[in-house]
Amino acid sequence: MHQEASIREPLILGEKTYKDITDDVIRPIEGKASKLWYIFFTVAVITALYGIGQILYLLGTGVGVWGLNKTINWAWDITNFVWWVGIGHAGTLISAVLLLFRQKWRMAINRSAEAMTIFAVFMAGIFPMIHMGRIWMAYWVLPLPNQFGPLWVNFNSPLLWDVFAISTYLSVSLVFWYIGLIPDFATIRDRLKKPLPKHIYSVLSFGWSGSAKQWQRFEEVSLVLAGLATPLVFSVHSIVSMDFATSVVPGWHSTVFPPYFVAGAVFSGFAMVQNLVIVMRKVMHLENYITIKHVEYMNIVVIVVGGIVTVAYLAEFIMAWYSGNPYEDFIYLSWDAARGPYGWAFWSLIIFNNLIPQLYWIKKIRRNLYWTFLISIGINIGMWFERFDIIVLCLNRDYLPSSWTMFYPTATDIGIYVGTLGIFSTFFLLFTRYFPVLAFNEVKTILKSSGEQYKKQHQDNH
Amino acid sequence: MSDKILYAVFGDDEVALNAAKKVTSEGVHVSDVFSPFPIHGIDPVIGLKRTRIAIAAFIYGTLGTILALSGMYYFMIYDWPQDFGGKPNFTFVDNVTSFVPITFEFSVLLAAHGMAVTFLFRNWTLPFMKAHNPIPESTDDKFVLEFRASENEKSLEEIKAMVEAGGVERIIEKEA
Repeated sequence: MHQEASIREPLILGEKTYKDITDDVIRPIEGKASKLWYIFFTVAVITALYGIGQILYLLGTGVGVWGLNKTINWAWDITNFVWWVGIGHAGTLISAVLLLFRQKWRMAINRSAEAMTIFAVFMAGIFPMIHMGRIWMAYWVLPLPNQFGPLWVNFNSPLLWDVFAISTYLSVSLVFWYIGLIPDFATIRDRLKKPLPKHIYSVLSFGWSGSAKQWQRFEEVSLVLAGLATPLVFSVHSIVSMDFATSVVPGWHSTVFPPYFVAGAVFSGFAMVQNLVIVMRKVMHLENYITIKHVEYMNIVVIVVGGIVTVAYLAEFIMAWYSGNPYEDFIYLSWDAARGPYGWAFWSLIIFNNLIPQLYWIKKIRRNLYWTFLISIGINIGMWFERFDIIVLCLNRDYLPSSWTMFYPTATDIGIYVGTLGIFSTFFLLFTRYFPVLAFNEVKTILKSSGEQYKKQHQDNH
Repeated sequence: MSDKILYAVFGDDEVALNAAKKVTSEGVHVSDVFSPFPIHGIDPVIGLKRTRIAIAAFIYGTLGTILALSGMYYFMIYDWPQDFGGKPNFTFVDNVTSFVPITFEFSVLLAAHGMAVTFLFRNWTLPFMKAHNPIPESTDDKFVLEFRASENEKSLEEIKAMVEAGGVERIIEKEA
């Protein structure tokens, strides 16, 4: 059997058996939801309904209800789109990339991170769709035969690449997630006694029996899907960045964008996972499975990708200055941005994304849940500002000073954004209530190598 | 045709694996294994061949590449060539670089979904299917070896004695 160095911290705390792992994870599904859950859920649903109302208002009235103007013709909509897609990057990174690297700590968090990914990409998808104005014509982005020639969509455009990238990413993540869920649903099916829930989980489990051949195929599928999903993670945000990078707007037209966007996406994605997981482990009593060490591992990833983001900012800043191009003096990372009317947005970006995460170099802070929670919220604010800055700060200083202007969000802008947070939370809360939040059958496979009591036994034998 | 089945239930994956090794070394055929998670190393012991599902995925992926490239050739070069900002795309070679992202995405799309569908059909795990694990605990913390009388020269009584020596927790006999 695989042995692990005894100095490595255990990933499963306490004296656990296989049965304990099942019990601990399924207990919340079998029991009644707590009062806290109902409070969260009510707030989330109300926010979601408000957001849906705002979206319907937008669709009924037109995109004019947003604060866009002729200079700043992209703002919160695309900011929120990129922000949500970015958040949706951690899940597949955790489950696919870390699977390829055989990182055992991924097992406790991959299920909830993937759920977060899928819901975040849903939210991201809303923005380009409603941004079209006439959402009922959204199918025009597909190359379908039509009565205009037929006139086809432009396969040279990154906007169309995005359509393919996001839909592939969403559907592949969904399939990857669901296949992982099947054996866990089977366990729930075999435990439940009440006929209706039993029947529902029986349907969801697709009649999984756990035979040797099924497991063999399962492992092969997981591995190959991880192999396929890994380049997908990198391609999706690269393509999102090309929406900007292939344009001619100063500040957007930048070759560093693809790697820098991918790093930024992982950065914000992990921060969001931290926020969700820290609350979840407490409320659902999963402290023995999602340990402080897991949080620390994620914080180490955060500081690495955060470092890449910081270096990319510096490169942008220096290149803008070094180019000697006067238009580059007004991009989102420039002296003008720092001193101009959007200075507050510029400094929010620098403080939240570059300075505060440096606290993670201190071991006490990266192992502290309160600090991690706060810094993670800060990173998500910072990453939102990154996209806002790229879009609005590069546009607000147009080529002619007579067209210089500001962007002011309307209630609809804010409402839709807050609404997507509500829809996202609604989905996530339903997930924690009815789905196994931990890939517990997978966690069982590391019990003997990374479980606390097994590690102790192993050490004592030596 | 009636067949007799013997299920040997184990409480630990390593014990089950060792028992399987022991019985197979004495010429007994293990028909199937049911477990809550994959028991690593049991496939060669019970004589399971490696799955070819990855090869299927490769074929689906190649199909995706071909479809994406030929589709884009048809849309952009053959059917309605357009001049974008003085950058004509009347030949495939000039344009193929901007077809790379979608070719990649579409190949992954077909490979992943083709593989998933193949997985579900080959496993015969689809919505509304019935599970056939012998005991419900085998998806929780029990590991079950299945022996069929028709597939073994040794009698089930002999096999029973062998697994009992190998640390079995419980034995279930069934007529199929």
